[in-house]
Amino acid sequence: MKELTIFRQHGRQFIPDLQKVELPEIFRGRPVISNDLLPEEAGRLHNLCPVKAIGINPCSLDLGKCIFCKECEFQSLGKIKFTNDYRLAVNSRDDLIIVQGMSNPFQLDRKKIREEIRVLFKHALKLRQVSAGGDNSSEMELNAAGNVNFDMGRFGIEFVASPRHADGLVITGPITQNMSAALQLCYDAIPAPKIIILAGSDVISGGIFSGSPALERGFLEKYPVDLYLPGNPVHPLTFIHGVLNLTGYWSSK
Amino acid sequence: MNQTRYIELFSNPDSVRLLDIPVLDYPAFLAFLDQLMGEEGTHCVAYFALPQAETFRFICCMAADENHALVIFSHEQPRNPLPSLPSITARHFQFHVFEREIFENTGIKFPDHPWLKPVRFPFQRADHSNIIDNYPFYSIEGEELHEVGVGPIHAGIIEPGYFRFICHGEEVLHLEIQLGFQHRGIEHLFVENQQLLYQSILAENITGDTAIGHSLAFTGVVESLAGIHVSSSLAIERTVALELERIAVHIGDTAALCTDIAYQFGQVVNEALRTIVINTTQLWCGNRFGKGLIRPSKTNYPLSLDIVKVILKNLEEVEKRYLQVTDRIFTLSSVLGRFENMGKLTPKQATLIGTVGMAARSSGMYRDIRWSHPFSAFTDHPYEPAMLQKGDVWSRALLRKLEVEKSIEIIRKLLKNFMIDHSEFQNYETVNQKSNIINSGLAPLSLAISLVEGWRGEICHVAVTDNSGKMAFYKIKDPSLHNWMALALAVRNQEISDFPLCNKSFNLSYCGNDL
Repeated sequence: MKELTIFRQHGRQFIPDLQKVELPEIFRGRPVISNDLLPEEAGRLHNLCPVKAIGINPCSLDLGKCIFCKECEFQSLGKIKFTNDYRLAVNSRDDLIIVQGMSNPFQLDRKKIREEIRVLFKHALKLRQVSAGGDNSSEMELNAAGNVNFDMGRFGIEFVASPRHADGLVITGPITQNMSAALQLCYDAIPAPKIIILAGSDVISGGIFSGSPALERGFLEKYPVDLYLPGNPVHPLTFIHGVLNLTGYWSSK
Repeated sequence: MNQTRYIELFSNPDSVRLLDIPVLDYPAFLAFLDQLMGEEGTHCVAYFALPQAETFRFICCMAADENHALVIFSHEQPRNPLPSLPSITARHFQFHVFEREIFENTGIKFPDHPWLKPVRFPFQRADHSNIIDNYPFYSIEGEELHEVGVGPIHAGIIEPGYFRFICHGEEVLHLEIQLGFQHRGIEHLFVENQQLLYQSILAENITGDTAIGHSLAFTGVVESLAGIHVSSSLAIERTVALELERIAVHIGDTAALCTDIAYQFGQVVNEALRTIVINTTQLWCGNRFGKGLIRPSKTNYPLSLDIVKVILKNLEEVEKRYLQVTDRIFTLSSVLGRFENMGKLTPKQATLIGTVGMAARSSGMYRDIRWSHPFSAFTDHPYEPAMLQKGDVWSRALLRKLEVEKSIEIIRKLLKNFMIDHSEFQNYETVNQKSNIINSGLAPLSLAISLVEGWRGEICHVAVTDNSGKMAFYKIKDPSLHNWMALALAVRNQEISDFPLCNKSFNLSYCGNDL
């Protein structure tokens, strides 16, 4: 009986249509830079930005570096504004750079998606995650992507224990020296064809740890990256949206 | 006691001029330490070798819980030639990890140290021939024994670490935990880039699951060095954030413990409850882990009455449902059969290794910084920790439930005060002015120390400034630094298949250890 009471209150937890979900206004998603922002202001923001993600003329913001602290929005009195758009996935590193006046949603470059990804992984994608210096927040969000609320298992996406069972690698963390060999071993153990997903600004650019002598990021220079997912950490919806657009389960919008 | 042997601090955070910390010769240092360790509830929160021009200054910060004080004293050793010292660990085992860290970073040897193993293989270690691939594992000879190695990559989506078990059949005789894979050079980065914003963000990325706890500890250090006292309303907001973090993780851990015993009902219900809590934090500051919420001397996200109402409403819902589901969990014989007497950490072991936080309180140690060294809003609102005695998985699971209840009670109490006179209460300093003051005005040649009771346990940050008021040295201690040893002891004589459950019952941080 106790279980029944608890179940009734638990209710239906899963979000029926993940494509329609909007996050609260205050969520820090895709930023927009107003045309009113002057170059000298941009210069000030460039100096302020702790990860040097802000370029000056025209003002730009590199979401691969951005750690979403929102200080530039506070200091520019909203001329840079973080919207609640969590759809941040791209498959080309340059597409993470937002330029002044740009307000169109991010999309994947269809031409760059390898043919086999859509043929093989559209309805079943097994991923092996490796944390290489991740701070455990991105890791927890990736776990959450499979929980009762987001339930990405319904789309055939699953994290697996063995790289031998995986179709791809999801990396979090800035890639430490001490983890670089294990990361390589894991990648080598995944059968081809395989994809690489970078989850979080830490792994895309080093994030707040960029330039640390304790990192060894050579791995990323060796292989093509199929999906960049900015965030600190990556929101589960950002992850699910990005992956389903990559595989073509959701047509890229 | 002779006044010149030590200096005592009674605030948390607090700072002191380096000159005012007495320097003892090593035998006198050890004798005084013996005396302190004889007192109930005294434990080490920081012990490190501060590099100076020609010497290393070994600074020891002891928390005297009963007196609600911090006792600081030091000894000094030449840098050239490097000394070789009798270890403290041989007398007081809880120092093992501090001396290992000193040995790894400086090369100073402690010949009678029983366990002088690497801590994290930092990039600036003294001996670069020590690499993470040749960690000196303990081994036992025996025809009937076998070893099991797991890691650094584990089955689930968790951080990397390497576990080596020595087993007799299914029974674990010994577990050795090798860490360091997550090392990002954080202490170095705190000194390398002194921009306050950079450091604040670094602090919240030490361990993302304790973003509030660590950034609060950092904030304490900086505010103490800058002589800033924040308003009581800001102190309340920070404390509410800290307790929300505790509630979210404890509920998430309740779910994870259910996962590890294949009790799916307990897992999904608790996962959903955790989601409510972290989404409440997201509604407040735009990030589910509270990143961006804590900043020195200010806040970018003042707590509005609307958010207060949402917090109270959501907590009421969470409390009701969490109590129902935990009532079920802790009365179900199939759950109790797995939790009870599993992974025991006895009070004696816990004291010996200097266990902290909820793991300590589950083994009967009365240790909680909120009680012993009150910080933030706890200075005005005294806290009595929840306690259990048995030290098994059941205790650590049940203590989480007790702490969730207590944290909800604290938040209610704090927010009631907050709401009484909200308009007058909430007067924030202007953002830019204060930040500039901090960047140029840290007290020179000083040491600041800040303790915070995060959800895992006691977090300690120490900063030392140079003669121009810049940070010259930064030291971080996550509660995991002590408690990994607790896990290693708890799995002895358990079946190896019970390791995941024991591990989850501590839920320790890899990146908090590795920095």
